[in-house]
Amino acid sequence: MELVSRLLAGDAAALARAITLVECDPPSPRDLLAAIYPYAGKARVVGITGPPGVGKSTLVDQLATAFRQTHAEVGVLAVDPSSPFTGGAILGDRVRMVRSSADPGIFIRSLATRGQLGGLSQATANAIRLMDAAGRGLILVETVGAGQAEVDIMNHAHTVLVVLAPGLGDDVQAIKAGILEIGHVFAVNKADRDGADRTSSELEAMLEMAPDRAAGGWRPPVVRTVARDGRGIPELVQKLDEHWDRRQPELGAWQRRQAAAELAELVGAMARSRLQDWAVKSGRWEEVLDAIVGRRLDPQRGAETLVSHYLNCRPGEDQGSKTGGRIGRRKDA
Amino acid sequence: MDRIIRVMVAKPGLDSHDRGAKVVARAYRDAGMEVVYTGLHQTPEQIADGAVQEDVDVLAVSILSGAHSVLLPRIISRLRERGGTCRVLAGGVIPEEDVPGLLEAGVARVFGPGSRLDAIVDFTRELVRSRV
Repeated sequence: MELVSRLLAGDAAALARAITLVECDPPSPRDLLAAIYPYAGKARVVGITGPPGVGKSTLVDQLATAFRQTHAEVGVLAVDPSSPFTGGAILGDRVRMVRSSADPGIFIRSLATRGQLGGLSQATANAIRLMDAAGRGLILVETVGAGQAEVDIMNHAHTVLVVLAPGLGDDVQAIKAGILEIGHVFAVNKADRDGADRTSSELEAMLEMAPDRAAGGWRPPVVRTVARDGRGIPELVQKLDEHWDRRQPELGAWQRRQAAAELAELVGAMARSRLQDWAVKSGRWEEVLDAIVGRRLDPQRGAETLVSHYLNCRPGEDQGSKTGGRIGRRKDA
Repeated sequence: MDRIIRVMVAKPGLDSHDRGAKVVARAYRDAGMEVVYTGLHQTPEQIADGAVQEDVDVLAVSILSGAHSVLLPRIISRLRERGGTCRVLAGGVIPEEDVPGLLEAGVARVFGPGSRLDAIVDFTRELVRSRV
């Protein structure tokens, strides 16, 4: 494919078109992803997340520019929500990325969530891969830290930076369950504002209570930044670099975990759609549905019926699996 | 399946407000399109490179400063130089007598003050349809 060779040579237009193609659900040319896959896996990926309005885009602008001193080509993926009503979206991250957008060495791409949760993280993973294969050695992925899809996207990042700002009040409490666990480095942005001390110390106190992270017992540092004028950016870059260095010994194991998670997700999605297709076409879907609606069959058993019919299993064998008992029994045996 | 149309709404040069551009951006969004908005004071290079990176179908450029006959040809030539294939629309305060020159430079259509939003949206959709 001509597109592939242009992409591998680093051509921006080819990379941009390829991202458009994989953004569709399902990604249209499987050959494209297959062809570039061997060339990906070299880039360092930093995820940036946090609540709306804390200055993520401005911070990404600063970081992209700063990382250009050590990387010839930097990629930025900015993910914004689509309107649930019209499917449209206003992607405004470029407004804050004034410096990066003036630098031809920085490739910025805005992605809309398109209302598909699992699909979004897959599309983002594929976009990261394309940027990687096109020679973007460092990739920044920015998402609004609002839900599971965003957390999933962050699974593709070697380092996750969580950005907060003073004045979020109890929001810091509210988000701790979601994004505090996934952060490796924390930035308190807008640190020139009132309440920055309090936000930083609250955050540090919460991180104190968090259990030590596995490898090497990395304690997530808290860095104060003012993205608007660049204060704190060198310190932030240094912390991100430290985390990347710390990650090196376990990178192989991490990649394997990532691959396993992705494989599991893809197998799940594929098995589900094939099974559903079969069930609908064979009429069993409606049969089981009728039984469930008529209260003759509970949904759990209905699902089991369909799955075991599909797999053509011996009925006895998957009876026990519904409670996980079979696995337990085998262990005992 | 209908592909989602991507549009970049861009503001080059020295314009001091972007009310019109934002109204158009919202109309596009409400019509189910994805709109990449650049913000004010963009250089022609920033806009052209951005449109390439975002792989938009249409680049809608809003100019109020009177510099359209300089800015638009610069944007378009940079765009083509970088391999961008999107169509270009212009909007804003553009005198009638400048329109032929802009069309010749590769602008698909110029929308002056008082243009209806649904006309802009419909034309954009048609433009994308005719492109494929």
